[in-house]
Amino acid sequence: MLAASSSTIAFPVLTSLVAVPLVGAALVIFFGRIRQEWTKLTALLTSVTTGAISLWVLQAFDSSDAGFQFVSQHEWITAWGISWHLGIDGISLFLVVLTGVLFPLVIAGVDPHHDERPYLAWLLVLEAGVMGSFISLDLFLFFVFFEIVLVPMYFLIGGWGYDQRVYAATKFFLFTMTGSAFLLVGIVATALLSRESVGSVTFDVVALAENGALNVTQGRWLFVAFAIAFAVKVPLFPVHTWLPDAHTQAPTAGSVILAGVLLKMGTYGLLRFGVYLFPEASVWARPALYTLAVIGIIYGAIAATMQTDLKRLVAYSSVAHLGFIVLGTFALTDQAVTGGVMQMVNHGVSTSALFLLVGMIYERRHTRQIAELRGLQQVAPVFAGFFMIVMLSSIGLPGLNGFVGEFLILIGSFDTARWWVIVATTGVILAALYLLWAYQRVFHGEVDDANRGFADLRLREGALLLVFVAIIGFTGVYPKPMLSRIEPSVNALIEHVESRTDYQRPAQGEAGK
Amino acid sequence: MDLTGDFIAPSTDWYALAPYIVLLAGALALLLVGSLTPRWPRGWYAMLTALTAGTAGVVASLQFAALADEAPRSLMKGVLAHDRFGLLAVIAICVAVIITSMMASDAAGLDGAQTDSLEPFSLLLVAALGAAIMVTAHDLVVSFLGIEILSISLYVLAASDRRRAASHEAGLKYFVLGGFSSAFLLYGIALVYGTTGQTNLGGIAVVLADEVTLPRNDAMLLAGVALLLVGFAFKVSLVPFHSWTPDVYHGAPTYVTGFMASLGKVAAIVALVRLFVIAFPARADDWRPAVFILAVLTLVVGSVLAIVQTDVKRMLAYSSISHAGFMLVGLEAAGHIGSSSASSGTSSTLIYVVLYAVLALGSFAAVSVVSQAASVVGPTNATSLDAFKGVAKTNPVFALGFTVLLLAQAGVPLTSGFVAKFGVIRAAVSTESYVLAVLAMVSAVIAAYLYLRIMVSMWLSESSSARIPLRPVARLAMFVTVAITLVLGVLPTFVLRLSDTLATLVR
Repeated sequence: MLAASSSTIAFPVLTSLVAVPLVGAALVIFFGRIRQEWTKLTALLTSVTTGAISLWVLQAFDSSDAGFQFVSQHEWITAWGISWHLGIDGISLFLVVLTGVLFPLVIAGVDPHHDERPYLAWLLVLEAGVMGSFISLDLFLFFVFFEIVLVPMYFLIGGWGYDQRVYAATKFFLFTMTGSAFLLVGIVATALLSRESVGSVTFDVVALAENGALNVTQGRWLFVAFAIAFAVKVPLFPVHTWLPDAHTQAPTAGSVILAGVLLKMGTYGLLRFGVYLFPEASVWARPALYTLAVIGIIYGAIAATMQTDLKRLVAYSSVAHLGFIVLGTFALTDQAVTGGVMQMVNHGVSTSALFLLVGMIYERRHTRQIAELRGLQQVAPVFAGFFMIVMLSSIGLPGLNGFVGEFLILIGSFDTARWWVIVATTGVILAALYLLWAYQRVFHGEVDDANRGFADLRLREGALLLVFVAIIGFTGVYPKPMLSRIEPSVNALIEHVESRTDYQRPAQGEAGK
Repeated sequence: MDLTGDFIAPSTDWYALAPYIVLLAGALALLLVGSLTPRWPRGWYAMLTALTAGTAGVVASLQFAALADEAPRSLMKGVLAHDRFGLLAVIAICVAVIITSMMASDAAGLDGAQTDSLEPFSLLLVAALGAAIMVTAHDLVVSFLGIEILSISLYVLAASDRRRAASHEAGLKYFVLGGFSSAFLLYGIALVYGTTGQTNLGGIAVVLADEVTLPRNDAMLLAGVALLLVGFAFKVSLVPFHSWTPDVYHGAPTYVTGFMASLGKVAAIVALVRLFVIAFPARADDWRPAVFILAVLTLVVGSVLAIVQTDVKRMLAYSSISHAGFMLVGLEAAGHIGSSSASSGTSSTLIYVVLYAVLALGSFAAVSVVSQAASVVGPTNATSLDAFKGVAKTNPVFALGFTVLLLAQAGVPLTSGFVAKFGVIRAAVSTESYVLAVLAMVSAVIAAYLYLRIMVSMWLSESSSARIPLRPVARLAMFVTVAITLVLGVLPTFVLRLSDTLATLVR
């Protein structure tokens, strides 16, 4: 408990972030049995409450404090040194807020086609799991949340997805669980091997990171075990193959959550556990991770260009975008890591919005094939306008949020990963290529008969997208509030790495600030 | 000869023997009174069985609690061990009998009066007695007696469905292979006795620890140990000695399958661990590699073959093999004699098998319910995966319960299955068996596919049948097992606090 500040408050804020959606799920099942029409209201209320709590945390967050805030620690499984230890720092703050905001929007904005009650209950369980993963400061607790997330997501994809849903859901479950197999062994080994230096067997992340003294070989093996699990989740090339299937077959809400927050559990895990617990190994493994990230960027972009299915295209664009985040994370400079954290949120916002838009197209046309869509701009100009803004944010147009993160990553990585950055930059151009080309094919051209009846945005859809566009615009123009909260924690993390390895980050001036 | 003069009767701790006496008395009373009186109303046999097992279980629990302050000791001049390790297994055995008797009476009710006889119930109690002797036996001969009492009851139980040829076949197959494995065990016992002059586990350990009296690599002793391992490998169904398991599990009446998977597994694994940890620690470097290889084969083959099955009972049979592989991972850790973590291997194996027993009981209860409903409709194979199609649409609560049990078997957190797996993996990692730990977890992922297939069938397929009737006993059995699974999954401290004392075995 060295780095954690003790801003103890009476109300267990972080615990409630997990508990409220869980209680909500139970209430949804319960109320839905009594009165059908209460189902959605209950789900909405609990998710809005969770979102409000997350916004309160954002408001109360002390941006000058680099340590963990709102820490809540209770004994859980004392026999194994496992505690209920939650906390938030600048790295997890915005992911928690993103989760808190995204779920009510999805619940309000996207309706399932059947069986509303279990659908909403699973979504709320999912929210609890994702929240828990982002705020856990105990390795065991993190693993529990990380793994439990699979169950609701499996049922959401498998129960409410499209034609190949069972195949996609099973693939998703098994891929991630294979990664978790390594993670579990890694977690146990980390705790047991550090037992002498820490003083007892503990799964507490802070204690392990601050006092653990693994030797080089142990650290590297354990880092590899952790990295495999997170690489599957991110997903990094070559273990990304579950992602296009899962995204394409998932219902719109599933895709939004998957892209918005679930993938971030991988990049967040790499940063929070990979870099924090195994600084030496992270520095050692950088070339390999850079290479995988850059392959992901280029491969994802090229694959996206070749897709005929709009949803698959967005899915592959995620592979490329997450490559940037991984590149930034392991560049280990203030700017790059801050950019990476920010890009996690940005990608969550813009890709979620893209999936919502694609979902709306499917609702109207019952196809996602690019070839069957044409000239939508003429019949649905407002829809096209929103699509354009979101797409440009995803491309990284200056003035929108995507630009800030990507720019920080590229400029921050230039000193430590120069050649990789040069290759990765072409990914930015490719992103413009595949998205603009898709836009051109879908929205431009003459409307044919099949597309003539394409309805423009309805009020509810517009209101939903407006929230996304507002976030996109605000963070694009004025990223400072966000950056100033992320940066202290990132800085502390990199200092932690520097104090344990011979790695020194390049001087700030040279990084082009 | 004057017997009255210097004869000292062995002091008998009757209270410590009470669980065995209760089980035996119950079995005999049921058999005697039952056969002398007209047929009892439905469910009464089951109730008496459950009461008997419940009494034995309560007594065992009280003894278990009392052992918190007392040192473990041996009974009857050292042939039975009275320690927490054995008593927890006895408690699990009693729970297995209670739930199985509930499911047996449930099955009897739906099949008509034909199978509602008293023999299966008294056999359940006899089997439990054999199992209780096995898990506490501190002498090779007594252990063998326990094995035979249990096995012979199980042979008959497996063949007890008189109307189905598959059940007869299962009983015969089990009998032949069981006899075969008993021969291995006896031969092993004979060789060990031949080299050490002892049948008492503690006595063997003392002889073997003394390096002077025996050459280090005694071929006869090692052959004996190997034969014992093979014999137990049959009983636990470890690959490559597992081939009887799917057929017998499939052919036997479903409640008997659940009984074999729970009680049979507990008895065999606990006896195996006690034998090797107590009697042969001095030869651990010899048997540990063999256990390692058996564990790897069992894990991989069990889970790979599980996913290609189309019959749920066969699936769960292979999954029980894969679980046995996990238990061996714990035994392998226990074989690192001298390592401070060896005891965590012993206790984690016991916790694993006990928690698995609960999962197996609940899962086979669910299969039993579904297959009865399906066999009323009349397809030839009532336990095929198709029988589970759309069950969630007609019986959502039941499907949710079964799903919890399946997820627990897959090792998803917040279930007892995860606690069990975590304990074993922890023991393996603390003895630096990283390869085994990773292999075990990866095979758990392979096996997860099997549980997903059942879940897909229940939740994501269209319903083909009407609502399944669930009788109160079946509901209760499911509820109890699911509740144990979830409560121990979320708050495992209760079990884990025991783990230190569990590993304190009678030497």
